[in-house]
Amino acid sequence: MITFEDVVKVYRGGATAVDHLSLELPTGKLTVLVGPSGCGKTTSLRMINRMIAPTSGRILIDGKDVAEQDEALLRRSIGYVIQHAGLFPHRTVLDNVATVPVLLGKTRREARNAAYELLERVGLSADFAKRYPAQLSGGQQQRVGVARALAADPPIMLMDEPFSAVDPVVRAQLHTEFLRLQQDLGKTIAMVTHDIDEAIKLGDHVAVLRTGGRLAQFATPRELLANPADDFVASFVGRDRGLRSLSFDSAAELPVRPVDGIELDEAGRPLGLPGVFTKGDSLRVVTDLVISSPGGIAVRVGPDGAADGQVSHHELADYLASRRR
Amino acid sequence: MNFSYLTDPAHWDLSATGSIPNLILSHLGYTCLALLFGALIALPVGLYIGHTGKGSFIAINAGNAGRSLPTLGLLMLMVTLLGLGLLPVLIALTVLVIPPILTSAYAGMRNVDQRVVDAARGMGMRPWQVLTRVELPMALPVMFGGFRNGALQVVATATVAAAVGLGGLGRLLIDGLAVNDYSRVLAGAIVVAALAVLVDLFLALIQRLVVSPGLKGS
Repeated sequence: MITFEDVVKVYRGGATAVDHLSLELPTGKLTVLVGPSGCGKTTSLRMINRMIAPTSGRILIDGKDVAEQDEALLRRSIGYVIQHAGLFPHRTVLDNVATVPVLLGKTRREARNAAYELLERVGLSADFAKRYPAQLSGGQQQRVGVARALAADPPIMLMDEPFSAVDPVVRAQLHTEFLRLQQDLGKTIAMVTHDIDEAIKLGDHVAVLRTGGRLAQFATPRELLANPADDFVASFVGRDRGLRSLSFDSAAELPVRPVDGIELDEAGRPLGLPGVFTKGDSLRVVTDLVISSPGGIAVRVGPDGAADGQVSHHELADYLASRRR
Repeated sequence: MNFSYLTDPAHWDLSATGSIPNLILSHLGYTCLALLFGALIALPVGLYIGHTGKGSFIAINAGNAGRSLPTLGLLMLMVTLLGLGLLPVLIALTVLVIPPILTSAYAGMRNVDQRVVDAARGMGMRPWQVLTRVELPMALPVMFGGFRNGALQVVATATVAAAVGLGGLGRLLIDGLAVNDYSRVLAGAIVVAALAVLVDLFLALIQRLVVSPGLKGS
């Protein structure tokens, strides 16, 4: 657990970057710090590994004040991923990943062997090991950045706008892979982004900060969409809050009727539809299907792909209305 | 043009004092000593200024001051003060190589991507490790440029040693002029030029071996 205790950071010249921030980042969860520029999110993140010293207040990791720990040793125990990856251009991909284990006293050989496995974990084949960062695309560099941060298996990771330098398609792909990775690893992660959609998609918790470094709201993404604390949060979270919040609601309880008037193949699978949903999908997916399908009907399929029910515009609307009561 | 001095095998006899190979060796000797002392003084200062950003006016002005200082004049001054010998020659040549080495060490360090330095610190490298494992290797291409530049200048300028009675390829120029032997002057000019090219090629080779392939073309 990472705890901010009444942390203040005033830069020389008098600009307040972080204003009495108290926050708890739970162990094993991904907490996103989000806000407009000048809200102190990056400053807050960098105070955790002492890249920046707070003016007052304390930051604790599992109850221990970071200010009392050796700077370099503290940082080696915390994974650090920054925008544009910040890879060492003069070192191969493999040696980049091996950096922290070598600092911790592993032999170069041990560290490299482990680095191969990590590359695979982040979706890069062994062919990339001997390349230099300049020979990689932005998305590949970012993967190496994540592998490098994970190399010493730190319990905590700090990520400063890790996905903002890549195009939207690659970003979405990295998001998905990263979520899967985090599901396996269960690291305590603090991530900074200015992108509220990214925060909602990735975060277990989201801390919204406002300009001047004050915490506006700390909540789960779902809560943030449903109950923004004030106008600032509401406008920052943006439009379509209602629709977006349906992403967090499962379609498992949605009542369906038996399939009727849908063309099926001999295995019972629907033919000629733009898409189908399963019990595991969100209500947002169902809503989208109902709106976009020509007949105003979304078809549900079972694990075998066979249609096992359908729902119409009206039925979905009734269901959504019934949830409000 | 008369190449007879250059092509006469007697002038290439290693055992004869004053032969071309011997002059090349003493010439290279002055060059290496000047580069060594120049680097010993200029590298730490340039790296420190580049690393900390403190006193960058020194690095910038050193480049300009060095370029405007006449080496022959400085040599004569040193001889007047210290008498004849190797020392005044080395001082004059060392002063010549300090500016390019200092300026390029400074520029190389300034050029290092600060985001990479930030990543290095954030991963837990101590300041000394950041310097030796990240900043120095990344600054090498630019630093090599300055070093090669300095080496070229010294090879060309070390001929002044002959003006105060020492050896080196300047002997061919000065003695040749003294006795109106233009074939000897031509031989001296050609060998100095060839030596400059060879020294630069040699340093280029070292650069290839030392600088990481990852920094090529950056």
